[in-house]
Amino acid sequence: MERIPILKMGEYLLVTIQVDMHDRLAMSLQDDLTSRIVSARAKGVLIDISALEMVDSFIGRMFGDIAAMSRVLDAETVVVGMRPAVAITLVELGLSLPGVRTALNIERGMELLRGLISARGRDDAGSA
Amino acid sequence: MLVPLSENRPIATPEDVVAVRQAVRQRAVELGFNLVDQTKIVTAASELARNTLQYGGGGTLRIEEIIEGPRRGLRLVFEDDGPGIANLELAMKDGYTTGNGLGLGLSGAKRLSNEFDIHSRPGEGTRVTIVRWR
Repeated sequence: MERIPILKMGEYLLVTIQVDMHDRLAMSLQDDLTSRIVSARAKGVLIDISALEMVDSFIGRMFGDIAAMSRVLDAETVVVGMRPAVAITLVELGLSLPGVRTALNIERGMELLRGLISARGRDDAGSA
Repeated sequence: MLVPLSENRPIATPEDVVAVRQAVRQRAVELGFNLVDQTKIVTAASELARNTLQYGGGGTLRIEEIIEGPRRGLRLVFEDDGPGIANLELAMKDGYTTGNGLGLGLSGAKRLSNEFDIHSRPGEGTRVTIVRWR
């Protein structure tokens, strides 16, 4: 069956979506990522959507769900590389991706993830 | 109004929804839509095709190039023989859904189009027509 590959790099998971996903494929990515966060003990998830020419409400909701699920599993998610035309359309559609952290590109996304994860570490140490 | 080009597409599977997006994109490119307008009509088509599949139990899309005076545009007609919509006013509201979506399909597609028309009665299916001018 068709699958979106998930790469592991240290404590991060990297997903690059390069195909126009049908809804079942999007759902299987969400399920796969959730299991991989646990099995890989990942602290951060980076989703690169620079190849996506469209994000509709279904795919937008998937990003929100992935972000929420990863947070519950003690990991942070950042979506990077959204094209300007996609961003304009998404907002006009009525979706502003609440709860989803975004960054311009992979480099900035990794910086953001590192910051978020080390802030979490400090919070944990402070409350212990 | 002139309709120099018309094609029909089935909407019966999630893969068909992807094929619809690609077909609409191709027509929009051929008509000379800019990138933002291409993205808007493709996204609207994706929302409506999913509705046709999920709520209408499948149906068809007719893609038409239209010419009206000096204007050229793309008209998309989504039709299904599903259960229809009992309360159109409610169905058009942001956030209203009878499924498990976000309730942005119809209202969002309307915002992304220049013209929007919906015909639906319980037991008689649904027809949604959108137009985006270049």
